[in-house]
Amino acid sequence: MSALIDLHDVGKTFAGGKVALEKVSLTLTADQPRFIAVVGESGSGKTTLARLLLGMIAPTTGTVRYQGDDLQRLSAARRRDFRHDVQAVFQDPYEVYNPFYRVDHVLTMPVRKFRLARSRAEGRALIETALRSVGLRPEEILGRYPHQLSGGQRQRIMVARALLLKPKLIVADEPVSMVDASLRATILTSLRRLHEEMGISILYITHDLATAYQVADSIIVLYRAAVAEAGHVERVVKAPLHPYTQLLIGSIPRVSTERDWVGEERPAGRAPSETGCRFADRCPSATEHCLLQTPPLFRVADDHASACFLQRNAPAMTDAQLSSLLA
Amino acid sequence: MSETILRVERLRVAYDHPRGVVRAVDDVSFSLRPHERFGLAGESGSGKSTMALAILRMIKRPGRIEGGEVWLGDTALSGLDTDRMRALRLAGIAMVPQGSMNSLNPVVRIRDQIGDALADHGVGLKGRALAERVRDLLAQVGLPPDVARKYPHELSGGMKQRACIAIAICLRPKVIIADEPTSALDVVVQKQVMQTLGRVQQDLGAAIILVGHDMGLMAQFVDRLGIMYAGRLVEVAPIRDIITAPRHPYTRMLIESLPSLEQRGGLRGIPGLAPLLRELPPGCAFHPRCPAATERCRSEKPAVRAMGEDATVACHLA
Repeated sequence: MSALIDLHDVGKTFAGGKVALEKVSLTLTADQPRFIAVVGESGSGKTTLARLLLGMIAPTTGTVRYQGDDLQRLSAARRRDFRHDVQAVFQDPYEVYNPFYRVDHVLTMPVRKFRLARSRAEGRALIETALRSVGLRPEEILGRYPHQLSGGQRQRIMVARALLLKPKLIVADEPVSMVDASLRATILTSLRRLHEEMGISILYITHDLATAYQVADSIIVLYRAAVAEAGHVERVVKAPLHPYTQLLIGSIPRVSTERDWVGEERPAGRAPSETGCRFADRCPSATEHCLLQTPPLFRVADDHASACFLQRNAPAMTDAQLSSLLA
Repeated sequence: MSETILRVERLRVAYDHPRGVVRAVDDVSFSLRPHERFGLAGESGSGKSTMALAILRMIKRPGRIEGGEVWLGDTALSGLDTDRMRALRLAGIAMVPQGSMNSLNPVVRIRDQIGDALADHGVGLKGRALAERVRDLLAQVGLPPDVARKYPHELSGGMKQRACIAIAICLRPKVIIADEPTSALDVVVQKQVMQTLGRVQQDLGAAIILVGHDMGLMAQFVDRLGIMYAGRLVEVAPIRDIITAPRHPYTRMLIESLPSLEQRGGLRGIPGLAPLLRELPPGCAFHPRCPAATERCRSEKPAVRAMGEDATVACHLA
């Protein structure tokens, strides 16, 4: 059987020549559910990756396939299947809702469209179960308007909606950006439970490496439109190889009595180099070589690779087939 | 008692609501020493931003300051008229508001925005004198001189936030209030901006109030931390003590909800939701979410008790 989602050499350049994402290959199969975090700062290409995978934008190079079919050329019936199997949870929980409809609307729509229930009562029961599974009390949610709920409640309703359909993949783009740390933990643990109990693959797109470490099994670190480092979470977080990942981890403020934020670092002043490694202008280990050549991903272990010449003794990966690295 | 630069005494802020009065800040007291870094942490809706605005007497209708006093040195702020209060903002207490990088005027060059702030407080500089002052201020916050003639859209998020800090310090305030100054920045830039803010504060000899919900940021930056819940300051203690031995169950759960980079698993949120301020539960407002709540917590509101010179707590169990 062909893969659920297959990205082959997928890249995106926007009009005007801005490269949003360099060539990436990634395969997700239905029989091997994965929990992958895509981590990067704004402008790293992480949202572009999500939008490509959801078919919301067309790739400039390569193809995104859903069960073997090009996502850009799906028939109406196949597109319906795709919309059932792959669910999205977006960053902004305000924009998804129509303020004139009760929030019930976003939940009853998919039930009707995909004929998930045979009766009204059965539909209602499905919705209530989905809400409970993300830690919401149906009686406090149903019948309300979007503005009557908190940002965290709205974000969780979107997760509940994704669940109703029992999808094979959830693409969650910053699903907890609008909520406090404590609620963040609640929502993410509910995503984790879904992955474990229902075998749903999750692509968790975030700028927050600490939550990614807590819930995902694998991490892809993006920097300026390309993969900087990828592999098993324990390896990437505990033994980061790419100087960018190291900088990222070193910048996370820790709850500790030891202050590791000493001194003052200045932002890099040099312009990013046109050729060579994208991180060279900020990299403490950069050499002449880094300015001239773009490093490929060097595979230091079965489940760990870094696009940095510091690892040039490891074999280079000829195509960036990330799935082979990920748990 | 040790010297204080800012003293907040039993401050109360109320919002008039059709279904009754909502108290967003409820009887809050604390004081700041000169040079001290004080943090105010809590979930959204806990009253921490309202608290910051109330110190500056910037609460707008339907909100109002219901009672209490704020002292800056020997000056009681409630006794100041509108003009003198206006002069004191920025010059005495400066604020870096939430999302301030988006509050820069998009059609005015950075140099002129700093110039406007100075002129508004009676420091009318022109030509070379203004240029020199602006260059000094930008240098203090780690920005190159050419930023002076740029417009906000030409700057990155981190640079805009630095420009806001430059405006905040242009009159050498005694207290800086920074409300989530880095919430829109990525972690690498956040660290750089916070380090700069810390150095600038030391250079000025100002005290600082950092408002936010990131306990990691608090741990790395502040000397003493206050925890707000449902409009009350439920715990205050030196940061080291708060991390190692929090007295209030809410503080402990807030710390535990932060994702660790050392160990996987064990990520858990605080169950339940923060209460609506107009429907506060009786007794301790935290009792419905507290794992240790007793009968007393459900009926009797815990008073704020001093725990040594530096710390207070409002919990029956502490």
